[in-house]
Amino acid sequence: MILHELIDYEVLRVIWWGLLGVLLIGFAMTDGFDMGVGALLPFVARTDTERRVAINTVGPVWEGNQVWFILGGGAIFAAWPPLYAVSFSGFYLAMFAVLATLIVRPVAFKYRSKRPSPAWRRGWDWALFSAGAVPPVIFGVAVGNVLQGVPFQLTEDLFPLYEGTFYGKFLGLLNPFALLCGVVSLCMLVTHGAAWLVLKSDGAVAARARAIGGVTGLVTIAGYAGAGLWLAFGIGGYAFVGTPVTDGPSNPLYSEVTRTGSWLAAYADRPWIAIAPVIGFLGMILTVRGLRRKMGEGRGEVTTLLWSKLGILGGISSVGLTMFPFILPSSIAPDSSLTVWDSSSSHETLFVMLVATALFMPLILAYTAWVYRVLWGKVTEADVESGSDTVY
Amino acid sequence: MEIDVVTLSRLQFAMTAMYHFLFVPLTLGLSVLVAIMETVYVMTGRPIWRQMTKFWGTLFGINFVLGVATGITMEFQFGMNWSYYSHYVGDVFGAPLAIEGLMAFFLEATFVGLFFFGWDKLSRVQHLLVAWLVAIGSNFSALWILIANGWMQNPVGAEFNPDTMRMEMTSFFEVMFNEVAQAKFVHTVSAGYVTAAVFVLGVSAWYLIKGRHIGLAKRSITVASAFGLASALSVVVLGDESGYSATHTQKMKLAAIEAMWETHDAPAPFTAIGFPDQEARETHYAVEIPWVMGLIGTRSLNTEIPGINELEAISEERIRSGIIAYDALMQIRAERGAVPQDVRDRFEDHGGDLGYALLLKRYTDDPRTATEEQILQAAEDTVPTVWPLFWAFRIMVGLGFLFVATMAYFFWRSSFRRQTYPRWALWGAVFIIPAPWIAAEMGWFVAEFGRQPWTVDGVLPTAMSVSHLSVADLLITLAGFVAFYSVLFVIEMGLMLKYIRKGPFMDVEETEAWEARHEHRLRTHDGKGPFAPNPAE
Repeated sequence: MILHELIDYEVLRVIWWGLLGVLLIGFAMTDGFDMGVGALLPFVARTDTERRVAINTVGPVWEGNQVWFILGGGAIFAAWPPLYAVSFSGFYLAMFAVLATLIVRPVAFKYRSKRPSPAWRRGWDWALFSAGAVPPVIFGVAVGNVLQGVPFQLTEDLFPLYEGTFYGKFLGLLNPFALLCGVVSLCMLVTHGAAWLVLKSDGAVAARARAIGGVTGLVTIAGYAGAGLWLAFGIGGYAFVGTPVTDGPSNPLYSEVTRTGSWLAAYADRPWIAIAPVIGFLGMILTVRGLRRKMGEGRGEVTTLLWSKLGILGGISSVGLTMFPFILPSSIAPDSSLTVWDSSSSHETLFVMLVATALFMPLILAYTAWVYRVLWGKVTEADVESGSDTVY
Repeated sequence: MEIDVVTLSRLQFAMTAMYHFLFVPLTLGLSVLVAIMETVYVMTGRPIWRQMTKFWGTLFGINFVLGVATGITMEFQFGMNWSYYSHYVGDVFGAPLAIEGLMAFFLEATFVGLFFFGWDKLSRVQHLLVAWLVAIGSNFSALWILIANGWMQNPVGAEFNPDTMRMEMTSFFEVMFNEVAQAKFVHTVSAGYVTAAVFVLGVSAWYLIKGRHIGLAKRSITVASAFGLASALSVVVLGDESGYSATHTQKMKLAAIEAMWETHDAPAPFTAIGFPDQEARETHYAVEIPWVMGLIGTRSLNTEIPGINELEAISEERIRSGIIAYDALMQIRAERGAVPQDVRDRFEDHGGDLGYALLLKRYTDDPRTATEEQILQAAEDTVPTVWPLFWAFRIMVGLGFLFVATMAYFFWRSSFRRQTYPRWALWGAVFIIPAPWIAAEMGWFVAEFGRQPWTVDGVLPTAMSVSHLSVADLLITLAGFVAFYSVLFVIEMGLMLKYIRKGPFMDVEETEAWEARHEHRLRTHDGKGPFAPNPAE
């Protein structure tokens, strides 16, 4: 097919780098509040009815939201195969931990209300809590490790090798900077879940969500600022030696990479990217302000959720923009580092995938919006107790 | 068997994939059956059809979540356990997976929530639309997954790029309209429909035996047997299509399934039963039916189907040709940019056999230094273990014919015998509930075990496809999966049985009110046709 020549290879690569960001941010904005609600579950809801209220706020939508995550995985596989190969196997046991919680989560949602026994329900509450708390922490820790460089190298055959044994490496992932990133990630999504609960529930659940979200929101801001400073002064960045070829074959070993002073050099080269952290801080601060407002005003609940989404947008995109064009740097063999210019799919595949995305993404957004509209309104204790078979 | 990373990775993949496929076929079929029932409800307005939709919908939901949960494992596992595979073929294989998410899974997952939560929030027609969108989403999911899988069986529309050391897509249309993928899709989806039909039939038969929910059970049997008969016929016919496409795409798999050691003069006989002996390369006590194999496999009387020994000799030639390709590849890599034309030509001529040289990587780091013995060993590796394939295939086919007979019988009773069913037949329907799952797992076993020693046929050997992991890593995750999956299986079966025992929620008042309103019309139809009201209700 000659059609794919319509768009330059390097342009397609940048588009797909952007789409990767869109999917990750889409995941954090949608499934993020499902996870936040899960992590908040034991704290905002004490009685069984309260717990069911909290669960039913996300009951009809978590399944669709989760597809952002699944699609994110599929898009990495299709558009950035080396990234998929290196990261999923490199973080093997961490990925397994995420997987384990994501396996029990759908089951917990669906099965919890199917038996009345308190022990049964408590068991599933634990599952929902861990599925809400573990993945955000691990994703944050993963980002923290990516910023510091991951100990892998590619052989001549492009087979990824890792330093050390994995279960040792699993604990090695938990260094202080990565843990800080894990805390930021968890608190960001917990705050997001709180903003969702304030919008979708009322009474005690919403009040507790407000209180907790106000605190975790502040921790997010402090942690995000702290990680930024740490990044500026404590962590070396990466750079190409010479000018990289941007439309060559996807072979990371064809270019030379070196470690430099700091990632934040990117802000000197491309000052406009400072807009990302600014948006991040702005969103997070306005979210906290929205959550701390007095109860009962009933207004601004939608805006608070939108501010929270804005904070997520700024926070995640600031990481990507700071690292650009690097995606997964290698700490032990910098030349093996995966970048936008040398770890994508072929020209043809990127083009085909872009066409598919252009066709289906607008449709997805349209019907998702319709579903949220149909489900508009608060979930109350009365709804849950009405005894209908259809609620969780 | 050796306990190494390759073996454990294969074991883990086989286990998680087969477990995943316990839930998929029922999702595929039940989503359609439920949508059909809801269509009848919207068209007739009879409350019982909504109650049926809700009842089978509840069972659908219990099954569906486990399909989703175990499907996440599948998507992660390529990267986690098969990282060289992911690198080597991700450019081709990843695309259908991603498109599956965009086109199908998003649709299915977004609307499945509304299906359960939307009864009071949507109009009848809107809700019906939601039910159909879930069914369409599920079925399109299967299409894209099978396009991906079909490419592993018959890697068309792609070529090797020496610069990036991987397969790259040359034609998306060839990948999409791969004949193996298309044959697999219709066969697999029909098998899902049969599974759901057998499930609905069996559960309904149990209600009739117990004398409960007669109205729901009889109507369900009518729908399931009609739907099931059509599906069972198509699963057999389309399975034959799969066999036909294997004759020219995966000759070794076909020969192994049939235990055809030697090439037979056309038209070859079909071995109905026998005991394949891999060592001696012959099949003991074989019962042969003349001509049938040649007719099924080639649809002609004079085309030969090559036997295993002949195919092994071809593999040996291709390994030798692959070594030339490998040598050219090493030169291309060493002299990047300034590669002599004759080296390029050699790679052009022999590149198609590069995968065969990689088979030698099990025995030597550099295939160019392989000994004569190693080449013969690698050629022998291209022959899969015959007896499990031979038997799994025959069990699957036998069950396929059993489904046709069962569905035909119940369809006849429901259409022409006033929906009366003898007790033995009802018990029979209950006992064959597990059979479609056995058939489906056997089918996948034949498809995937029969593809060995390759992950992508002729392109990438399984032994090279794995990640850089330790045995301990694998043991940890394998133990984790076994524990999680066993517990979830027990819980799922418990809930299924609980909800089947509990039966449908029948709103008696609503049903009676409806019948009172339509008394006149119902009386004129009394006792006739499958949808007549039943006095026992």
